[in-house]
Amino acid sequence: MEHLLSLFVRTLFIENMALSFFLGMCSFIAISKKVETAIGLGIAVVVVQVVTVPANNLMYTYLLRDGALAWAGMPDVDLSYLGLITYIGVIAAIVQILEMLLDKYVPALYNALGIFLPLITVNCVIMAGSLFMVERDYNFSESVVYGVGSGASWALAIALLAGIREKLKYSDVPAGLQGLGITFITIGLMSLGFMSFSGIQL
Amino acid sequence: MAQKPTVKEVLFNPVFDNNPIGLQILGICSALAVTSNLKTAMVMAIALSLVTAFSNLFIAMIRKQIPGSIRMIVQMVIIASLVIVVDQVLKAYAFSLAKQLSVFVGLIITNCIVMGRAEAFAMQNPPILSFWDGIGNGLGYSAMLLSLGIVRELFGAGKLFGIEILHLAKDGGWYVPNGLLLLPPSAFFLIGLFIWALRSWKKGQVEQPTFRMAPQVSEKEAY
Repeated sequence: MEHLLSLFVRTLFIENMALSFFLGMCSFIAISKKVETAIGLGIAVVVVQVVTVPANNLMYTYLLRDGALAWAGMPDVDLSYLGLITYIGVIAAIVQILEMLLDKYVPALYNALGIFLPLITVNCVIMAGSLFMVERDYNFSESVVYGVGSGASWALAIALLAGIREKLKYSDVPAGLQGLGITFITIGLMSLGFMSFSGIQL
Repeated sequence: MAQKPTVKEVLFNPVFDNNPIGLQILGICSALAVTSNLKTAMVMAIALSLVTAFSNLFIAMIRKQIPGSIRMIVQMVIIASLVIVVDQVLKAYAFSLAKQLSVFVGLIITNCIVMGRAEAFAMQNPPILSFWDGIGNGLGYSAMLLSLGIVRELFGAGKLFGIEILHLAKDGGWYVPNGLLLLPPSAFFLIGLFIWALRSWKKGQVEQPTFRMAPQVSEKEAY
């Protein structure tokens, strides 16, 4: 239990997906102009991440890993080179299913998240979550915690950035830095701030 | 489109006039993470250019056969297969580099440059032209990646490609390396500064501020 808690804190603050691994930058910058939309996208990322990382963990353990097909009588088969195409397929399928389920059963949530869901398929955070999970050899319960933590870390970062940018638009920025340039510098400062967490050990 | 773009245009426009990172805000994730030394930056730049070029080529070849509703999946499968090839080649011939790049080779799949060019260019243009467009965007991306890699490795560690250029103070030389440049935040600052430089040179790319400041009130009125 302690181990899982420590993993959660580490993924949330120290290994922040957006600020120390630079993942999901495209939507991080494009959709952080308003706090409300940023939080909407953040929640959508958490939801998708929580489902896809454990799902890909199961795919990896029971289908792809070296010797994983032993239950089917094929202990010598190593399909791990098919990993990339499998994960992206699983992610695309889950996002599609989630969209349909939400539309049918929770229309209020669907209306709130609706426009963001299709975008999420190509968000690097989701793909990276699965790839990191495989690279670090997480087991199933760790992968659930990792999914929650990494999704939440990205949501936290985008909400903070949106808050700063809402204030920033009133300030007088040099012409060449206007827009994209100053956003990068802001993210750099935030990332510097998050580096101060790096000494934390639980 | 009024007229077909020429090969020269699609090849060189993305480098300065329409840089994928500087102007289109595409593919930034990997640009930041792999540039702390020049070697990984270079491998990443080559890998991405090849994947973009060939995915554009293949998608443009079958663009008339792809049904609109499932085009995303088709594009994704083509891109993912190409990335698997790159990944396997790297693992076979440059294993230590592949380890350093870790997940970022796999993340070429979700790199917006590849998807973006496939969707925006290859779906409307013939294969050969699309191929050059892929190379051109790869060049724009590489230019940004290599310049970041050079600055970060040269001033952060005093080396280029692992060979010492600036003699380090700890070995009796004169240069004290700036360790911050190897850390994540510096990549953001550097890209911000590059964009500033690019936009001061090409004024047309400057964005309009959302709010214009009221002009300063003159001293007399203030009292």
